[in-house]
Amino acid sequence: MTAVSIRKVSKAFNVGKSNQVDALHEVSLDVKPGEFVSLIGPSGCGKSTLLRLVANLLEPTAGEVMVNGKSAVTARLDQDYGMAFQQAGLFDWRTVRKNIELPLELKGWDKGDRQTRAEEMLQLVQLPEFADHYPWQLSGGMQQRIAIARALAAHPPLLLMDEPFGALDEMTREYMQGELLRICAATGTTVVFVTHSIPEAVYLSNRVVVMSPRPGRITKIVDVSLGGERTEETRNRTAFFEAITTVREGLRGMHAAHVGLGNDNR
Amino acid sequence: MTTTVRRAAYRTFMFIVALALVVVIWETYKALGPADGGKLFGARVLPRTSSYAMPHVWDMFSRFNRPEVRGSDRTVFSAVLAGAWFSFRLSAAGFVLGGVLGTGLAVLMARFRWVQRGVLPYLVVSQTIPLIALAPLVVSWGGKLEVGPFVWPRWLSASVLGAFLAFFPIAVGTLRGLAAASASSVELMQSYAASWTKTLFKLRFPTAVPYMVPAFRLGASASVIGVVVAEISTGLKGGIGRLIIEYAREATGDPAKVYTAIFGAAALGLTMAGVVIVVDAFVMRNRPKESIS
Ligand SMILES: Nc1ncnc2c1ncn2[C@@H]1O[C@H](COP(=O)(O)OP(=O)(O)OP(=O)(O)O)[C@@H](O)[C@H]1O
Ligand SMILES: [Mg+2]
Repeated sequence: MTAVSIRKVSKAFNVGKSNQVDALHEVSLDVKPGEFVSLIGPSGCGKSTLLRLVANLLEPTAGEVMVNGKSAVTARLDQDYGMAFQQAGLFDWRTVRKNIELPLELKGWDKGDRQTRAEEMLQLVQLPEFADHYPWQLSGGMQQRIAIARALAAHPPLLLMDEPFGALDEMTREYMQGELLRICAATGTTVVFVTHSIPEAVYLSNRVVVMSPRPGRITKIVDVSLGGERTEETRNRTAFFEAITTVREGLRGMHAAHVGLGNDNR
Repeated sequence: MTTTVRRAAYRTFMFIVALALVVVIWETYKALGPADGGKLFGARVLPRTSSYAMPHVWDMFSRFNRPEVRGSDRTVFSAVLAGAWFSFRLSAAGFVLGGVLGTGLAVLMARFRWVQRGVLPYLVVSQTIPLIALAPLVVSWGGKLEVGPFVWPRWLSASVLGAFLAFFPIAVGTLRGLAAASASSVELMQSYAASWTKTLFKLRFPTAVPYMVPAFRLGASASVIGVVVAEISTGLKGGIGRLIIEYAREATGDPAKVYTAIFGAAALGLTMAGVVIVVDAFVMRNRPKESIS
């Protein structure tokens, strides 16, 4: 069974109107359980749209999205995934602990279980001493870690992340990447991860999906095998740089094609 | 916390300074202004400075201590206090009624766009109806209302008029607050498969609190105005509104007296606002300090 199965999915906004946007055109992608897949591509190529389709926050215009062998709707209703955005999006009026408990509350867990799980999650993101702080008392990186803890609190098999580290500085970002890999390895979570950073995509992923715009589609899928566990040392390996180059070429090729297209039109 | 205290102290200080300034202006004008007032094209634009038109501030305050009517052992102070307390209860009832109504309407408007589109314009129009015109209507409707053992008490008309003024800012402010939840937090709730009601209580209401606080503050003072105006225009006995007309009638013989009732009304408004400010400080205690106010 695949964790995520996207079959010939198209998505258009404002269908039939003069401002119709073909955000995605016949995109197909399979993600295996436990796999870490990144989506990368220029702004407007439909990465967020694809993620929202998987999350069932949008309905596809055509095609089919399956999550854990169920339809996307059923998967959402069963809360089969957790989600994290660029903005941590924690609730200001809840303590860190209560923020992490939110998805559990909505699932109807009782208080004791919620507290135990929140405690576990705080350990996992290594912020147990901040349980009773409010989000606005935390740094951006800490907030993002809490958001990840919240997304994983119900132990969903799938994690959907849209540029979660986009607002962080380089140092924090690399640290968070390490943390995310550690957490996902510990929980066996499948991840679909949207990013603008090539090194980030390569460092984190088993596969990097390169997308191009107008209409949004997948132009290339790069397998990343860096051998063994990924550590800070991985960033210095030749294989790491080679993968970066491959992804960059994928993005460049598309860019060249694009410029060519522009010339034809003129 | 210390900054909150300091800010509160600063505000109190400025309030006292502003009050003192009013007193100084009043007394200065009384001392220096033209005795016969100022006229422009035959219309009086400046008040006369005689003690009938403008009693000394200290006369107004000393009036509190003397009997309400000659020979009575009840001071003006206790009469004003009793009147203010009566009106306070009516205002509180009006405020609660207006709060429930305003919040309820806001929720309905947030839930159903057609309600918002259909109702909001009427709410705006409703606020342009002069209260003076509405007051006798409410009294007469109320008088006809009798459901089983329930008989419409006269005071309820005043509370209803208070509620009528209070519900509007509350409905509008709450609606704005309910709509203020960010798209991504709404999506987050959607991703948890949370129902609309769950989203309302776990996301929309908490987001709305910083909008609701100033709205309720407005609503509180509006309910006081509604009640006092209703008391005056329907002649309801027992409240501060009634005292204002009664004392105003005695203005020629006892010019300072009416001001005691006016001070009572002002104190009533301030008390009402004070209650809301205390609640505000409580519900906002764990919010980021730089959020909207
Ligand atoms: N709700 C919407 N209504 C209309 N058009 C939309 C909507 N959401 C996205 N689009 C359009 O769909 C296209 C893809 O948008 P999307 O947000 O998926 O891009 P993206 O790859 O995530 O870009 P970025 O890297 O800037 O986040 C864009 O052209 C965008 O204008
Ligand atoms: Mg995006």
